[in-house]
Amino acid sequence: MKFSPPHFDTLCQQIQACTAHDVEQALLAHTLGIKDVAALLSPAAAPYLQQMAARSQKITQQRFGRVIQIYAPVYLSNFCTNSCAYCGFAAENKIKRRALSIGDVAQEIDILAQRGFSHILLVSGEAPKMMGVDYFEEVALLMRDRFASVSIEVQPLSQEEYSRLFNAGITSVAVYQETYDRKTYDKVHLKGKKCDYDFRLDTPARAAAAGMREVGIGALLGLSDWRAEGLALALHLAWLRKKFWRTGLTVSFPRLRPAAGNFKPLIPVSETDLSQLIFALRLFDHDVGLLLSTREEARYRDGMLGLGPTRYSAGSCTAPGGYAHPDISGEQFAVDDNRSITEVCTAIHSKGFDPVRKDWDPVFQTQLNAF
Amino acid sequence: MLTISDKTFTSRLFTGTGKFSSSEIMRQALDASESQMVTVALRRIDLNDPGDDIMKVLDRNKFFFLPNTSGARDAEEAIRLANMARASGGGHWLKLEVTPDPRTLLPDPVETLKATEALVKDGFVVLPYMNADPILALRLQDAGAAAVMPLGAPIGTNQGLLTKDQIAIIIAQAQVPVVVDAGLGAPSHAALAMEMGADAVLVNTAIAVAGDPVKMAMAFAKAVIAGRLAFTAGLGPQSIDASASSPETGLGFLHR
Repeated sequence: MKFSPPHFDTLCQQIQACTAHDVEQALLAHTLGIKDVAALLSPAAAPYLQQMAARSQKITQQRFGRVIQIYAPVYLSNFCTNSCAYCGFAAENKIKRRALSIGDVAQEIDILAQRGFSHILLVSGEAPKMMGVDYFEEVALLMRDRFASVSIEVQPLSQEEYSRLFNAGITSVAVYQETYDRKTYDKVHLKGKKCDYDFRLDTPARAAAAGMREVGIGALLGLSDWRAEGLALALHLAWLRKKFWRTGLTVSFPRLRPAAGNFKPLIPVSETDLSQLIFALRLFDHDVGLLLSTREEARYRDGMLGLGPTRYSAGSCTAPGGYAHPDISGEQFAVDDNRSITEVCTAIHSKGFDPVRKDWDPVFQTQLNAF
Repeated sequence: MLTISDKTFTSRLFTGTGKFSSSEIMRQALDASESQMVTVALRRIDLNDPGDDIMKVLDRNKFFFLPNTSGARDAEEAIRLANMARASGGGHWLKLEVTPDPRTLLPDPVETLKATEALVKDGFVVLPYMNADPILALRLQDAGAAAVMPLGAPIGTNQGLLTKDQIAIIIAQAQVPVVVDAGLGAPSHAALAMEMGADAVLVNTAIAVAGDPVKMAMAFAKAVIAGRLAFTAGLGPQSIDASASSPETGLGFLHR
């Protein structure tokens, strides 16, 4: 059975119907149900943001300790056959296009290894003929023994393709639904394979079924009602937990950033909104990894340390080849925290947290007994 | 003195290295704990890197290094990690953790037993992390485990000895040391485990996330000593009836 959330409007109505009493009940609950998450995402929860933050902080620190895992993205290509209204890589945007050769990738990862990164996220536009599973497999084999973990955020693949990549050393898959609101989804995905809402929605399940250690889900905030996106994410998380109990789960909260094409958020999401969403999901799922990327500015990321998020990207460049050849033309979006990894780690230390650069080992997935 | 395999320990408090706010705070807390056995997740360190942030502050002359297989989903992965550690100079002692559910991190009894059998045959000194199941403890002991490490509560929960009755059976039956691992959230929990006759306890989260990890490490050290002392002194029997400390039994009329 596939994951099938209720209609987006139903989720919106469920949230809007919540009262202060529902919020107070949710804050008292030891284990939260979907009804409780709806309450915490609702406008009625706004006066309780401080209590939510305190509880989120307590849960996060007990479960994850005083540590933040650090990762960096590597953009492999900005070629894309999709036409997504909000994305800088959209097919019709006139940007400098580039796809990294294996030699280019080696240059990029050398730089990140020298900078002390162990956790890498490979990102690519969706151009399957040019950047298919053969290419990703080659990249994975190149990286597997040098990095603690290598994740991918590329076009949705089949279960068999994910299995191949897992065997080549890919540890996890991130695939964001962008919006769980089908109506908006159809409106902003104008052309290409990404127009298939259901195929994308089923992707985390295919990745988990293929044995990936971890699967990341998320919604691009600014496309539709963020509260209902949050509730859909909670439902998706809960469904994945039940169905794939061996798979670790993470959630990302990308807010729309300025990009080529100059798409403006359909529904603005403030920092307060984003914080409410993060706290609500932490209270709902104590164990989920929560990512806060360089899309957010340094002040906000520093302020959120310890309050819920567990993983931070650092020193990111969102243009292919951008570490070896710094040049922001061809980037997917503008980053807002431009600090180097050293500066980010110093900020984390100064807040009383340990920036952890290695928290996995490629030996977990070594296929041959090399010892 | 506690003996496990061919090693003896004067401290019965084992400690972990995760979740600390910095490797320096970790070092200070480990010193304060007076622990002699420290477990480190192999996923977290690079044994081939002399600059590894944990290994460079962990004085291996002072602390006996017990690598663990945290993150392993099955016996095969745990065995692979153990071999990697041994090949990289991590020694042949191992805290075996096989936890396929990343959410609860509860140990898989089937895979833990399978891995213990294989690793013992391969020359490892295996200390398996296990649920508090008395029969599983016996099976692991029969498979050659050097100690058994039943959980007090799910790892990192600080809930204390939720499995107290099961642990009492394990202690009563075991012929190898019993180290209560996971879930001990306060020094009183550790003292209780030691009063019951546990040979040692392992504490990580409760120290690492305490307001003052160094002070908390000292508190655990004292609690473990107090609990052990109480166990060796022999606790008085418990009763639901009141019993005066200076009994007035009303038998003064008897001719003696």
